[in-house]
Amino acid sequence: MISSQFDAVIPILCVALAGLVVLLAEAFRGRDEKMPIGGLGIIGLVGAGAASVLLWNRQAESFGVVTADNFALFVNLVLVAVGILTVIFSSQTVERDGLPAGEYYAILLFTIVGMMLMAQANDLLLIFLALETMSIGVYVLTGIRRNQPAGTEAAFKYFLLGAFASAFFLYGIAFLYGVTRSTHLDAISSAIAAQSMSGNPMILLGVGLLIVGFAFKVAAVPFHMWSPDVYEGAPAVVTGFMSTGVKAAAVAAFVRVFLKGLDPMVADWAPVLALIAAATMILGTVVGVAQTSLKRMLAYSSIAHAGYMLTAIVAANGDGADTGKAAILFYLAAYSVTNLGAFGVIALLGTRERANDDLRDYAGLWHTHPALATLMTFFLLSLGGFPPTAGFIAKWYVFGAAVGSGYYGLAIIGVLSSVVSVFFYLRIVVMMYMTDRDARPVPAQISRMAMAGLVLSLIGVLYLGVLPSAVIDFAQASISTIF
Amino acid sequence: MASDALLFYAFAAAAVIGALLVVTQRNPVYSVLALIASFFGLSGLYVLLEAPFVAVIQIIIYAGAIMVLFLFVVMLLNVPREDAAEWDRSHPLYRPGAVRAVAVLAILMALQLGWALSRTPGMSTGVAEDRAAASSVADLGVKLFSGAGANGPGYMFAFEVTSILIIIAMVGAVVIARKRED
Repeated sequence: MISSQFDAVIPILCVALAGLVVLLAEAFRGRDEKMPIGGLGIIGLVGAGAASVLLWNRQAESFGVVTADNFALFVNLVLVAVGILTVIFSSQTVERDGLPAGEYYAILLFTIVGMMLMAQANDLLLIFLALETMSIGVYVLTGIRRNQPAGTEAAFKYFLLGAFASAFFLYGIAFLYGVTRSTHLDAISSAIAAQSMSGNPMILLGVGLLIVGFAFKVAAVPFHMWSPDVYEGAPAVVTGFMSTGVKAAAVAAFVRVFLKGLDPMVADWAPVLALIAAATMILGTVVGVAQTSLKRMLAYSSIAHAGYMLTAIVAANGDGADTGKAAILFYLAAYSVTNLGAFGVIALLGTRERANDDLRDYAGLWHTHPALATLMTFFLLSLGGFPPTAGFIAKWYVFGAAVGSGYYGLAIIGVLSSVVSVFFYLRIVVMMYMTDRDARPVPAQISRMAMAGLVLSLIGVLYLGVLPSAVIDFAQASISTIF
Repeated sequence: MASDALLFYAFAAAAVIGALLVVTQRNPVYSVLALIASFFGLSGLYVLLEAPFVAVIQIIIYAGAIMVLFLFVVMLLNVPREDAAEWDRSHPLYRPGAVRAVAVLAILMALQLGWALSRTPGMSTGVAEDRAAASSVADLGVKLFSGAGANGPGYMFAFEVTSILIIIAMVGAVVIARKRED
């Protein structure tokens, strides 16, 4: 095989190129000409996926700052799946709400570029740039329905708070650079280890600020305030994309920065993260129980899921380290397909006039849309962690790692909050099957393409739930290469 | 050396006091002007760090172009002065209960942090090669566009990534600001 210094950036280039092509296609499109713009995006994403598969086990590195180790490639594949499913679900929303198709898909693709770069970057400066690329894209996607005040409000809130969080993150990088004289993760790690400066307040401050920045992006308590409003105000497809893609990318960068760059200081940050993880799991579930809007409920559920992921990161040091690291990756994959599927169903049920995302809108869904109700049931059961779905294996794996590393408290909190969360997931299932439909308008017909996307997600959920060993092996092979 | 330290404290004070005035002024126009003063202080600090290019850029771009834009926006929007009574009521320190407790806690933590940092052992301060690189525009350009080498990874790829960042920001701004067609 030919190899060059561009190898590691090929997946990113594929998606960026697709984004540019989409922009150009939109620019040269006639006024009423139909064009499969989303299809162009899928081609780019498939290319990125293929490149990621081909780069597997080759440890490519480009420009000294972008790595294509197996960890990054695994996350890339998850992001490709998220991207493809989002494009598939988007077509109906874009048409229904009259969104600007070219710009919508272009921003979506460039956002994915930022996400992939976050997973692959090995340098804090680059991670920051990737974070901003991703965030700006998501701010715009949140407010892309400009005729809806709720969407504009959500976008504005997200933008202000997100800019604030980015400033924290940047300030943390500045402190780390001041102490270690580098933004490169390898150099930071060796500088900290060489000078044994874990008690140095300057570097503790830097680490603390980085935790704030990342915690905001994954919506962990106490930096979660924005997420219910933003998740509710954004179009359901975008919410699904945000709650999976942004979270996966942020968690990947989190893992790389903390388990690689700041590994010598693990004794300092692990207790803080453990506390954040516990608070996140508890608050996400307890407040989620009280919600009446399905989107808000899933927002709190995704806060709780961020807590489980943080638990896995904490568990990735200690005796269960290897399981913990693999658990993070498996959890990302399982959570992404499940949550995207759930938001896909919500997006399909909405109409231009009404989002139909109230819990009562799901009463008697089984009688009007049996297929959608069945699919939703599987996704909700997976989010709750029932066998034989992906969610069960993922949670079992994370809590196993936590116990293996000696974090019994976290494991107990995790199991208890899962049990509580089952209440609100099952409540929707019960409503769908056992309540009569009241006289609400039945939403429009469901496009075949979106249905195919939902079935794909379902296959993913069941595959990860019934035959997880292949993906688990994959995940374990990925983590062994960087740590 | 002593004059350097003196200049540092003068510029640092200008930057910090300017920033404080930005958030405490009730008239938005004064806030903007205070921000310009803060930027001049920062620019002086860059000069002390032997980075004249960054210092000049700071003045031209931030204190000049961007702040003029700010001023115009504030004046065109005709933002009213904040109501003093309203400001006092909504200030965290004046609010009852938990909010005040958290605000006091934050102040305490800031004081502790300052104390801890003041007792920090001296850092290896010399960022010698970076300082040399920032001293002239030509060196800065070479540093910016160099790939991975002996002096670390270089900034070329990061520079290229900014182009994606700018594209997405531009497309996003157009999408958000464009007139509605229907």
